[in-house]
Amino acid sequence: MIWNEAKECMSRDELEALQSARLVKQVNRVYHNVEYYRKKMQAAGLEPGDIKGIEDLDKLPYTTYQDLRDTYPFGLAAAPRSELVRVHASSGTTGKPKIAVYTRRDIDIWAECVARCLSMAGITKDDIIQVGYGYGLFTGGLGAHYGAEYLGALVLPMSTGNTQKLIDMMIDCDVTSIACTPSYLLHVAEDLEKAGLVDKIKLKSAICGAEPWTDEMRDQMEARLHIKAYDIYGLTEMMGPGVACDCEYHKGLHIWEDHFLPEIIDPATLKQLPKGSDGELVITNLTKEGMPLIRYRTKDLTSIEYDKCECGRTMARIQRFRGRSDDMLIIRGVNVFPSQVEAALLTVEGTTPHYMLVVDRIDNTDTLEVQVEVAENFFTDEIKSLEKLSKTVHDKLKQAIGLNAKVKLVEPNGLEHFDGKSKHVTDKRKLYQ
Amino acid sequence: MFVKQLSVFLENTEGRLDEVLKILAQGGIDLLSASLADTMEYGVLRLLAKEPDKAKQILKEAGFAARIDEVIAVVVPDAVGSLAKVIAMIHAAGINISYIYGLSLDGEGAPIAIKTNDNAKAEAILNAAGVKTLGMEDLQ
Repeated sequence: MIWNEAKECMSRDELEALQSARLVKQVNRVYHNVEYYRKKMQAAGLEPGDIKGIEDLDKLPYTTYQDLRDTYPFGLAAAPRSELVRVHASSGTTGKPKIAVYTRRDIDIWAECVARCLSMAGITKDDIIQVGYGYGLFTGGLGAHYGAEYLGALVLPMSTGNTQKLIDMMIDCDVTSIACTPSYLLHVAEDLEKAGLVDKIKLKSAICGAEPWTDEMRDQMEARLHIKAYDIYGLTEMMGPGVACDCEYHKGLHIWEDHFLPEIIDPATLKQLPKGSDGELVITNLTKEGMPLIRYRTKDLTSIEYDKCECGRTMARIQRFRGRSDDMLIIRGVNVFPSQVEAALLTVEGTTPHYMLVVDRIDNTDTLEVQVEVAENFFTDEIKSLEKLSKTVHDKLKQAIGLNAKVKLVEPNGLEHFDGKSKHVTDKRKLYQ
Repeated sequence: MFVKQLSVFLENTEGRLDEVLKILAQGGIDLLSASLADTMEYGVLRLLAKEPDKAKQILKEAGFAARIDEVIAVVVPDAVGSLAKVIAMIHAAGINISYIYGLSLDGEGAPIAIKTNDNAKAEAILNAAGVKTLGMEDLQ
């Protein structure tokens, strides 16, 4: 189902004209309303009149996480305080959180973007949806909630932390869809299986986001819960969940280009790259009023496809993320993304996706220990089959990341299972202090 | 006529064995025998209990991976060479032994637990040769 066909299926010419008009308006807005942007533009020798359309995008300076820190909390607000209605913040691990502020119109546009995503996943006003993201400063809960209500679905605001209640109500209320993180959904699947309740649920679809996940994880959740799973992408800085989502063809995440202008840059040279190139995703808010970001560097590495999708939408598709530059580990000179380890682990029968990478440096040599939970159905009374599991994991990892990792089998549920974002890496090397 | 063996996956960390035994004691489980097969990182605790299914449930609820397998409880006569004879019979039948360990049960002879790749055949051979094996009812 296509929620807003006029926008989602626009011709490229019409779309680019709309983007150009909106970009010009946005640049004027930030130049006149945000001192920080005005100074940045002046430093680059730019005036609003220099930006005549999207062809001039690469003249504009980038915005980074550091800019958000420097202007915390409201230094980038582009609307008067009286028009701002909400604040969200991302889970920054160090220092101040990344903050975002919204006007009433921003909240409405956000709801429509999420509704487009939910529609893409086949959800309608007849569906009953549980929102299993945290409600609060985190954009996941309220973002998904407003979008689902905007669509007209019946929403259960579960938030996180009480899986038993989520399962009980999923069954009692005939819940047909769920929005949560992919790792949490797998945790729910595990609990449903343990309780023998999988055939009692009416779930048809899941909208998963807030952390990168793999096709293997999708296959697992679809097979274990008999559902269709969709990937929703977003980031607090730009809006929250609903910036992009994948359709039933899973050929990348359709980004709502009428609101978010994407481009790919080379993170080393900071030059804009031609369409189709691999590089870092940079996004400009075309319609946001509260705190519009111009050329925000997401640190997500990917490419963008612009051809029309089989689903009928013309909106460009962000391809598989190859990782986040801030997630990448360099172990003995080898680049390792936790998502690669996850993909490798999922090919080993008998392991769940619960794992922890422990990186250390002993005698000037990096060490990698991979702690893997032994699923209950794999545990046997014979040491030799457990040793075999250990070796299989080791070999798969060697194949996937080219490193000899020390594999440590741990008890089921021995690793922390997080209801929100998963923590999969413990780096004891303290390389950045 | 096999006995049910309860096995538990344990990380080789301080206090883990203590914890699992305490949980079983609190659940009123009467343990008859215990054996631990260990590696550097983890171990498999093998137990005989009067109520193995109940014990497994208690451990599951406490978050442990536990399972029940059938093993042959052989009463080895108390005489020189008896164990060698038992093993030789199983070996001669082409049956592979996965593991064996001694059981601390009251009664005659020296009882041992044997897990093979064909328990039924192994037990039949032993019984035919007059070697006594135990069943769950012998443990009550």
